[in-house]
Amino acid sequence: MNKLFQWFDARLPISSFWNAHLSGYYVPKNFNIWYFFGSLALTVFVIQIVSGIWLTMNYKPSAAEAFASVEYIMRDVEWGWLIRYMHSTGASAFFIVIYLHMLRGLMYGSYKNPRELIWIFGMLIYVVLMAEAFMGYLLPWGQMSYWGAQVIISLFGAIPFIGPDLALWIRGDYVVGDATLNRFFALHVIALPLVLLFLIGGHIMALHEVGSNNPEGIDIKKHKDADGKPLDGVAFHPYYTVKDLVGVAVFLFFFAIVVFYMPEMGGYFLEKPNFIPANPLQTPEHIAPVWYFTPFYAILRAVPDKFLGVMAMGGAIFALFLLPWLDRNPVRSIRYRSPLFKALLAMFVISFIVLGWLGMQPVTPLLTFMAQFFTILYFGYFVALWWMSKNEKTLPVPERITR
Amino acid sequence: MNAVKYALGACLALLCVMASPAQASGGHVAGLVKAEIDLGDTASLQRGAQIFVDRCLSCHSANLMRYNRIGQDLGMSDAEVKERLIRGADVKIGSTMQSNMSAALANTAFGVVPPDLSLTARSRGTDWLYSYLRAFYVDPARPLGVNNLVFKDVGMPNVFWREQGEQVLTKDAHGEAVLSLAKPGSMSPAEFDGMMGDLVGFMSYMAEPAVLQRKSLGLWVLGFLAVLFVLLLLLKQEYWRDIKK
Repeated sequence: MNKLFQWFDARLPISSFWNAHLSGYYVPKNFNIWYFFGSLALTVFVIQIVSGIWLTMNYKPSAAEAFASVEYIMRDVEWGWLIRYMHSTGASAFFIVIYLHMLRGLMYGSYKNPRELIWIFGMLIYVVLMAEAFMGYLLPWGQMSYWGAQVIISLFGAIPFIGPDLALWIRGDYVVGDATLNRFFALHVIALPLVLLFLIGGHIMALHEVGSNNPEGIDIKKHKDADGKPLDGVAFHPYYTVKDLVGVAVFLFFFAIVVFYMPEMGGYFLEKPNFIPANPLQTPEHIAPVWYFTPFYAILRAVPDKFLGVMAMGGAIFALFLLPWLDRNPVRSIRYRSPLFKALLAMFVISFIVLGWLGMQPVTPLLTFMAQFFTILYFGYFVALWWMSKNEKTLPVPERITR
Repeated sequence: MNAVKYALGACLALLCVMASPAQASGGHVAGLVKAEIDLGDTASLQRGAQIFVDRCLSCHSANLMRYNRIGQDLGMSDAEVKERLIRGADVKIGSTMQSNMSAALANTAFGVVPPDLSLTARSRGTDWLYSYLRAFYVDPARPLGVNNLVFKDVGMPNVFWREQGEQVLTKDAHGEAVLSLAKPGSMSPAEFDGMMGDLVGFMSYMAEPAVLQRKSLGLWVLGFLAVLFVLLLLLKQEYWRDIKK
């Protein structure tokens, strides 16, 4: 056995890879609960890939058969209901985990020098994940799948000059139809997962090049022992592999509660209109995207002009890309930043949640006003951060990790 | 640090408040009567299945549901299913539940093809179904002589008029529309509500047959994960024992 391993190791960088990325990769020892969400995102990614492969075995990507094939999976395929609920719950779980992972980055300044590229990779993952989720949402071919896709694709039509042709090109038809379903299926099961895989690879490689941030925002590579190992670091394996597994067990417990006892999650994860087959002739009373898109949907609706609304929605995502350069304060962790920064971040999180709620509601004048107000607060975060971070009064950052 | 904790706490509270009305819509909506359903009551589900094939299948279909699956889930042998639920000698035990009325005839009779009922309990909700079935009233202006308080100007007749009797629309002291029983049926209101409960219970099962398995399997999975968590936590603590805080 050992000889066999040596044969392979001489021809493939197995032990050097293991050493570089696991047993010899040093990580700050003070990670708190916020640092579980990276490995949890990877866990959900694996759940989605595996459950997705099994769903593909029985799903039929055609407008005539898609809806019934999903119900066939739910009823006639052995364990089909479990695989399908894991996939539908996994979609929402992915966004919960990713949003918390991103909030961790905002709190502890993980996007700052030298980790800008990690943040850019992460943002690209987020954008591709949104596309992946949007296309997957069309596949069950229910009423909300259909009309949600119709509304979102029509947004591209708002772009001047090329808009209508672009929307037509995306749909492959004048309305969302069989051609749209077919191409969304191809993109959902092959193209975008591959892109995600490459981006996740880039995200982790960039992370391992510069090393992890931590709740203190300190660089652990500044203080090394005689062997060149960081004094405040521990080897990723076994210390963080065993710790992350605890997080995975806790996550799976909550995940299983949803899968087995509330797969519809009160209409948030599986929406009621999606139990009615898509009907191009009957628009549902109230069309709203799934919960993880609603903050941006609220921003879109808050702007009276359609094209400017689309721009604002895109800008809301693009602004996040710029964070490493908007935040001009070198102090990373929220622990050593000013009360004003803490207040701004709290304002940003509250705006995001309230916008998410507003995006689910029907339009009324009061709610539109609220959406405009919280849209301004959302963008206000980025402007205020740029302005206040230059000469911010921060607390002294310790040299070593003590807590 | 405390400021952040308070802010996060406030966010969490906000989320709970915002989730509550929608949670309610998942279970209960104002104006609808709550359907008390016990999916563990197999006898009730069997009665519901009987009512469904006798009454609903005359015009509606449930073309995602197989007869033998009902038998397997609700404790009936294939022979029992054939005798009690299947009408028509040429209908196979593994067939899905088709309507006794052709779509063309239904269209002539009601002006619309009656919808397939396989998933109605999930698309409308059980409270809606329960309330709707009990909300027919006499309205001579309608072609079939009845209207419905939950689904205005619905094309469906009150197929349970013999059991329920005839309801009429009146106004209560606050001017709200209410239904009152003008002519009693063969059942008392409580008996009739029980019958509708059986039917809605069956339709709820039919919309998601896996519901019976997933709830019992879930306990085993959660139990396993709880044990796994304890073991992994002990493993983690064993490794981290030598790391100085």
